Amino acid sequence: MTVAYQIMWNRLISVVEEQAQALIRTAFSTSVREAGDLSAGVYDAAGNMLAQAVTGTPGHVNAMADAVPHFIREIGLATMAEGDVYITNDPWMGTGHLHDITVVTPAFHNHALVGFFGCTAHVVDIGGRGFGADGNSIYEEGIQIPIMRFAGKGVVDQTLIRLLRVNTREPDQLIGDIYALATCNEIGQRRLSDMLVEYAIPDLTGIAAYILDTSHKATLDRIAALPRQTASASMRIDGFATPIDLCVTVSTHADHVAADFTGTSGIDPKGINVPLVYTKAYACYALKCAVAPDIPNNTASLAPFRITAPEGTIVNATRPAPVALRHVIGHLIPDTVYGALNQILPRTVPTEGAGALCNFQVSLRPTGAGRRAEVLCFNSGGAGARPTLDGLSATAFPSGVMTMPVEATEHAGPVIIWRKELRPDSGGAGQFRGGLGQFMDVGARDGHVFDFSAMFDRVDHPARGRDQGQSGGPTRITLSDGTVKPGKGRFSVPVGQSVLMEFPGGGGIGDPLARDRAAVIRDLRLGYISETSARDIYGLTPAEVTQAGQD
Amino acid sequence: MKQTANLGVDIGGTFTDVVLEIGDALFSTKVLTTYAAPEAAILDGLAQVCAKAGIIPAQIARIIHGTTLATNALIERRGARTGFITTQGFRDVIEMRTESRFEQYDLNLTLPLPLIARNHRHTVLERVDAGGNVLISLDKTEVEALADTLGDYDSIAVGLLHSYLNPAHERLIRDVLLARHPGLSVSLSSDVSPQMREYERFNTTCANAYVKPMMASYLGRLREKLAETGADCPIFLMHSGGGIISIASAAEFPVRLVESGPAGGAIFAADIARRHGLAKVLSFDMGGTTAKICLIRSGTPKTARVFEVARSYRFKKGSGMPISIPVIDMVEIGAGGGSLAHLDAMGQIRVGPESAGSEPGPACYGRGGLRPAVTDADLILGRLDAASFAGGTMPLDPDASAKALTTQLKLDAQTAAFGLSEVVDENMANAARVHAVENGEDLAGYTMIAFGGAAPLHAGRLCEKLGITRLIVPPGAGVGSAIGFLRAPYAFEATRSVFMRLDAFDGETVKSLFAALRSEATEFVLSCDPQATVLAEHKVYMRYVGQGWEIPVILPDALPTAPSAASFLALFEAEYSALFGRTVAGLAVEITVWAVNATTPVAAPPLTLPTAARQPVKADKRQLFSPTLGEMVTAATTDRAALTDGRTIQGPAIITESETTIIVPAGFTATGRADGCIDIRRNP
Repeated sequence: MTVAYQIMWNRLISVVEEQAQALIRTAFSTSVREAGDLSAGVYDAAGNMLAQAVTGTPGHVNAMADAVPHFIREIGLATMAEGDVYITNDPWMGTGHLHDITVVTPAFHNHALVGFFGCTAHVVDIGGRGFGADGNSIYEEGIQIPIMRFAGKGVVDQTLIRLLRVNTREPDQLIGDIYALATCNEIGQRRLSDMLVEYAIPDLTGIAAYILDTSHKATLDRIAALPRQTASASMRIDGFATPIDLCVTVSTHADHVAADFTGTSGIDPKGINVPLVYTKAYACYALKCAVAPDIPNNTASLAPFRITAPEGTIVNATRPAPVALRHVIGHLIPDTVYGALNQILPRTVPTEGAGALCNFQVSLRPTGAGRRAEVLCFNSGGAGARPTLDGLSATAFPSGVMTMPVEATEHAGPVIIWRKELRPDSGGAGQFRGGLGQFMDVGARDGHVFDFSAMFDRVDHPARGRDQGQSGGPTRITLSDGTVKPGKGRFSVPVGQSVLMEFPGGGGIGDPLARDRAAVIRDLRLGYISETSARDIYGLTPAEVTQAGQD
Repeated sequence: MKQTANLGVDIGGTFTDVVLEIGDALFSTKVLTTYAAPEAAILDGLAQVCAKAGIIPAQIARIIHGTTLATNALIERRGARTGFITTQGFRDVIEMRTESRFEQYDLNLTLPLPLIARNHRHTVLERVDAGGNVLISLDKTEVEALADTLGDYDSIAVGLLHSYLNPAHERLIRDVLLARHPGLSVSLSSDVSPQMREYERFNTTCANAYVKPMMASYLGRLREKLAETGADCPIFLMHSGGGIISIASAAEFPVRLVESGPAGGAIFAADIARRHGLAKVLSFDMGGTTAKICLIRSGTPKTARVFEVARSYRFKKGSGMPISIPVIDMVEIGAGGGSLAHLDAMGQIRVGPESAGSEPGPACYGRGGLRPAVTDADLILGRLDAASFAGGTMPLDPDASAKALTTQLKLDAQTAAFGLSEVVDENMANAARVHAVENGEDLAGYTMIAFGGAAPLHAGRLCEKLGITRLIVPPGAGVGSAIGFLRAPYAFEATRSVFMRLDAFDGETVKSLFAALRSEATEFVLSCDPQATVLAEHKVYMRYVGQGWEIPVILPDALPTAPSAASFLALFEAEYSALFGRTVAGLAVEITVWAVNATTPVAAPPLTLPTAARQPVKADKRQLFSPTLGEMVTAATTDRAALTDGRTIQGPAIITESETTIIVPAGFTATGRADGCIDIRRNP
């Protein structure tokens, strides 16, 4: 049976990839289709996650594993029927903010409940104040959908549809996205039934036990090989109006790794707070990358990573805290965790990087007649240096999202991007250099004015280097006349001016003077570093500088 | 009456396949590819097939050529000294890629280096907006000053923002460059790939520039050498979109030759599909290193606008570089006869993409390979016969296979072989399923056409996994791509990115846009054959405003000259619901890309195959592993030559030939057909 189980495991992973692909192709939300901000999973009848699609964001890693048990508890196994589809956007039971809709569908085979399919997508709009940090509580952030039936025995709840339509700005797209979620679960169900028929098995009991046991053992083997130790680290970041301290203590044990966030700052008045599910997702992702990157995500492979945080900290914000932009803080959790893990597992994890995505939204208004437009841009700074490699330049970490083409962005609204290119000297110097951040310059086409919503960190707290490696360049936002602007919040841009952005670089590792000379010469030749840095920081001789000029 | 002689030539990574067709007769040979001077292998092969056919090279009427040379140059980074000129502020587009990581969990991930390094990327001050309007004019003196510093390059790529809408600045740069450096190879993004999305367009243009001097010189040499042998007939090149173009177009746009070999394979399968009157076909091409899967509807392979070459990380999506040109849409996975197996961290069998190649090859080759490959599993499971492999020229060593399997996979040899084989078959089946889902297709009603050395060994099992009930194994499967070249039409697809919402539909613009594309595409075809009848297929890519994915919509012939928003909408909605099962009421719809594919008619009427009375062939017995029963069973075996028209053999069965072996699963019957195909169907 071992061979058959291996094949079925492969098949289930393929099924959730199919599910995710179907969703990417049909979703409306930019963050789903362009950035891969979605996930899909298959579960056994007890709610254990057996396989999860690897998508653009780790933010759903544990959240998905936890979600289905909430549905089983709230709906009740006994009342579940064929044709049912369940839904929620509860940030604490779903994936951390109201914009993420989670849909769960019970899978039946020969009229018996054999498991579940679940998927999540970030929708365009959920009502309230709109996507941003401005809410003072969850009630201002949009309409809340408790765990409930979207469809019962194949009949869609029209009352829910009407309520959602009237409470949101883009009702067609929202409803379209919910149907897309339901459809992708259906595809999963059909494939699952095909597999059960092919292998002539009645349910998932055997294969579930095989997957969970194998993954659990493999994960425990990795954990058992770690040194037993406890280490703490903290990282101060900009926050919204006041700086935030992220504090973590990581400890390794025989059968689990624990990360506890005691000491972290309290809840923020603005919508950058993080429900524990999301903290768990990013902390767990960070640990898993370092300890067991090749073991697929499922309930058993995630269970040995135990993430805790005291209630009322910004990383375990409780209802009714505002949480819309939980990613701004959540994306910085891996850097914090690695600060501690580096003490336990030296020479394994990267140093600090840009962390959060460098996203901004531009709201354009015509000065005369014309259309208003909202343009959202995803961009990345530099990642931290690795123990034996430079950091990746202008590449997202921990998030996995993609940027949009400039030409596509300029078709989305009357915006002009004057510049988008690497930012020399922003990678923290070191034996291994931090990844470079980037420059952007954004303005409006003639006849338009615009407001700019900034969602950046690392203005006052750049990514720190390690072992004599230097910090990455900080974020810097100015108007074209030189006026300095804050990293977070909305401001209007005077006519004729544009917004100049310098996105942060990653920290370096090791003494810059120990950097391979050929690498320094190459960096100078390619313009990753200036001649001044090459001489003053990396100690390049005049002869070597000349050498860099020749190619 | 004298019959026309046509020559098909496919230069692959290992072999150069040469096929000569005279009337119904095919003469083929395989010679080792000669990297230093690829034309040498062609001349060698040409001499061999001419000798077999008893003709002289001067009697050849037409040569059709496909090659991986451009692909290999991109993978191995053996191109020209190339510079890139782009808009100021956007120097790093080809280096910043999509700003994402293609593998989420690898902390030590490295990204592929850009084709052209940063110090060879130059900028000019200029700007065109998303409406095609000039915001900042290009200053000719600035370009002249830049051109003076670029004398060291053999080739220059030019890619400016929004040039697909307004190519004036790119053309000015070209004119200045050529005035300063006559003979310099210049590639403009507005010519090579006039499509929106700067990363893909710039990269495609850089790739074109990078291989252009080498390909131009190779094609020139080839023409010369062939002429010296007397073969001074016209030479055409197979392109990635499945058509053929003139040698001059190929030298100008060599990036279009990337993936021409696999495209030939798809055309080969499409031709068989047409001859057998099959509306829905899954072509399955499995060689030594990779497997390629393609959907063919009504005799036409599915096409796409962009694909990736030179994937650097286990064939992972995103790890290569995007090339946006019309291409036959295929999935390629690292699964071939040489793919190696290992155990992962959880003790699970994993196969590929690492391949044993031909040296050392699978363990059973006895050339020092210690790790089990797919071929080793096929040998242990009885699918291959140790003594008669490659027509008996290369005996295999089953003990070496067994040892590699047991030591590496920690199971008894037979179970390990079964596991290995099932994993690789499952990988291919999963790739086929995901590809079908992406295209909104259900594979249930499909027929599989299998070719390539390893495909007939695995196709039967793949059919079982995919619920496919009919499998055809054509003759000449070992040189399928080269035969495909001979079946390809003259074809060229012209595309343009122009955004148009249906609520701002402008019929006049649509008419003139299509007219321009039609004349561009038609011109290319007529440059191959001025007398040709040219058919034009009009296609647009559409989506709901706000979506990121466009879907292709093929237009009826009358629409481009009498366009209306309502008919575009109806076509889009029909296509959208076919793909995704629903439409979305109340949302605006837009057209993003316009395309015209000009092609000559493909002449292949459905074959009226004589149907001789069914009669079982005389067969021997051999042991073969049954994947459904999990044990060795007795199977019938025969030589392919014995399966003449109407002869049948019941699965489980093994049909041997010198190039490959066909496995017929239990519950299927194989029948010989008059055209040499083996037609395998599930028993009713």
